[in-house]
Amino acid sequence: MNLLSLENGNAVDVPAIPRLTPEVFAETLHAELEAGARASALFGVPETLFPDSCSTGGLRVFAVLAHDAQHELVACATTVAESFLSLTPLHPQLHRFERELHEQWGVLPEEHPWLKPVRFEPSHDPQRRARDPRPQIGITDFFRVAGPEIHEVAVGPVHAGIIEPGHFRFQCHGEDVYHLEIAHGYQHRGVERALVGGPDRRTLHYAETLAGDTTVGHALAYALTQEALSAVSAPPRGRCLRAIALELERLANHAGDLGALAGDVGFLPTAAYCGRIRGDFLNLTALLCGSRFGRGLVVPGGVGFDVDAARVAALIERLDAAVADLTSAVELLLQSESARARFVGTGVLSTEIGRDIGLVGPAARASGLARDIRRDHPLPLDALASIPVTTVDGGDVHARTLVRWIEARYSATFVREELARLPEGAASVPPAALIPQRLAVALVEGWRGEICHVAITDHAGRFVRYKIVDPSFHNWAGLALAMRDQQISDFPLCNKSFNLSYCGQDL
Amino acid sequence: MTIIDILRARRQQGYRTIQFPPKDARLSDRFRGLPQLSPERCTPDCHSCREACPTDAISSTAGLSIDLGRCLFCTDCVQACPAQAIAFTQNYRLAARTRAELGHAGPTQPRVGALDQQMRRLFGRSLKLRQVSAGGCNACEADNNVLNTPVFDLARFGIQFVASPRHADGLLVTGPVTRNMELALRKTYAAVPAPRVVIAVGACAISGGPYAGHEEALGGVDALLPVDLYVPGCPPHPLTILDGLVRLLGRLG
Repeated sequence: MNLLSLENGNAVDVPAIPRLTPEVFAETLHAELEAGARASALFGVPETLFPDSCSTGGLRVFAVLAHDAQHELVACATTVAESFLSLTPLHPQLHRFERELHEQWGVLPEEHPWLKPVRFEPSHDPQRRARDPRPQIGITDFFRVAGPEIHEVAVGPVHAGIIEPGHFRFQCHGEDVYHLEIAHGYQHRGVERALVGGPDRRTLHYAETLAGDTTVGHALAYALTQEALSAVSAPPRGRCLRAIALELERLANHAGDLGALAGDVGFLPTAAYCGRIRGDFLNLTALLCGSRFGRGLVVPGGVGFDVDAARVAALIERLDAAVADLTSAVELLLQSESARARFVGTGVLSTEIGRDIGLVGPAARASGLARDIRRDHPLPLDALASIPVTTVDGGDVHARTLVRWIEARYSATFVREELARLPEGAASVPPAALIPQRLAVALVEGWRGEICHVAITDHAGRFVRYKIVDPSFHNWAGLALAMRDQQISDFPLCNKSFNLSYCGQDL
Repeated sequence: MTIIDILRARRQQGYRTIQFPPKDARLSDRFRGLPQLSPERCTPDCHSCREACPTDAISSTAGLSIDLGRCLFCTDCVQACPAQAIAFTQNYRLAARTRAELGHAGPTQPRVGALDQQMRRLFGRSLKLRQVSAGGCNACEADNNVLNTPVFDLARFGIQFVASPRHADGLLVTGPVTRNMELALRKTYAAVPAPRVVIAVGACAISGGPYAGHEEALGGVDALLPVDLYVPGCPPHPLTILDGLVRLLGRLG
């Protein structure tokens, strides 16, 4: 067997993960991806950190692949000495993973067509870090289109609004964008390296701030890896409250995005209303736990805050009011022909390209790709699995707008129903110590798409590696490709229609 | 769509701008504002809260104190304390003019003294800010953005976020200042005409927050720039930010 089958939210023994030769590993990955798998994670851990290692050096590379239609996760591993043959030319969805392996550990993906820094971070290998000069942020060979009438537009890292930093290079011919390249890393604060040796008193707070607008999504993925590694499971009431919080987070962000999309085409009523309605949903999360972003709500073992009947009643009442306002605001937007004219046909990303680059979340579903962790990789007895998966054809800004609106309504219905039938009993169980030499995978459908956390413990039950893949890690390439042959003036609109995370990608 | 649809929607949405300062802030009863400390409840040699704190914000050796600039307003200390010596209140007023004032907050209310007369003459009725996101998690950014919604209506105080540092009277910085943002922040500051103000929003911008001590971050804005206003929180509530800004301009007593 070249692959070990896994389940979302479960752990396996590290030695049980098949260790293949680099050639067989590459063939296996190729075959799986050809068969429709997605790469959820691909990352390295120095061999010296494993007691079962028979080699003295090199990098153990783990792959976690998701077969969505078969509801299956598989994993395998290999050991890379100094280089390996890049699979990116065959499977572009691996491009950033292979670049990351190169940047973090110095191994070379041979024939990688786009071997540029992912975050301009120093090596994770202490020797390399001490030896190599610190990478200079933004200094790289940007792709350039040549020609007498070609001009280049550089934007960022500091943008015009209250936005995270990133650097965008447009290759333009007149108003038309031939190519967009995006350089990241400005938000890099060294979280993955800081997680090694944990868990400790900061770990949950790192998870909550991987992407602050996805506090619940990332904290949930973290809680799931912890529970899998310590063989405890949150009680039904806690699981239900987490699911409610996850959907409230989706509602808040989708509402905010719908308003921001309206704002970017100058449709101000919806922009103003949704900005406020987003806050109404955030305040529901605050009613649960005191924090608008859900800080302290999701913890390993369950939730940090329980609710009583009065709080449930208040939540439902305020939810209904906010949903009524959202409906009025969004219907106004969707009825506006001038807004629709700007949305339809703008920033098209085809199903094929979406599949090739491993697009996830609402952006994927707006390109006709029916992928949703809630349905495809549910946890045991997971109420979230009942939420219908929304897909829209078209792949344009309009499709990404519609997907958000439809999903928001499903989330609202879900939250209302689940609040009304919260299971009785405790909301959490005490956490336990982590079991040594295990690997746990947790996938969560955050509001931007698949969040993947992979945690590996050493012989003492501490993290030798905690790998985080934010949905934006996959989707930034989607934005760059959606901008091809668009007017540069449509960039803000296209950008908003993806609304990706810089800090989640930069870590 | 007709004008009737727009008017109908307008009616549905109502008038939502809050009074400021609000008579009733309508915060969640679980909101965590200024901590209230009861050191008399502590048992000698108990340091449970300090040991639980993710950012070393608590000192428990000579009495009990919390550094609001480091505090993430999580519940780790509250849960760790066997004697209920720490509680968070509904008081959202947390901003201060100096880092030192945040450093030993007991039950004292941090104060925001207004800018001096010359600065108030320049900025008191019109303050344009360039926001710089320098690391962090985008939650502070989100709750700064919220100030532009009709609920808080920041513009009524003459405060506005602008697109260029050249148009700005100051910077509002979030994040721990990553090494990768250091140069960009320096350049943005240099591009703001003097005199200028610098406002550090959030635990990261004040002390590095959860990333304090990281090689990849500088541990706060004042490692690089002189800071005129510190707004604690992780992230601060929009009211906390607004309160700090308005008091800085001397618009509230």
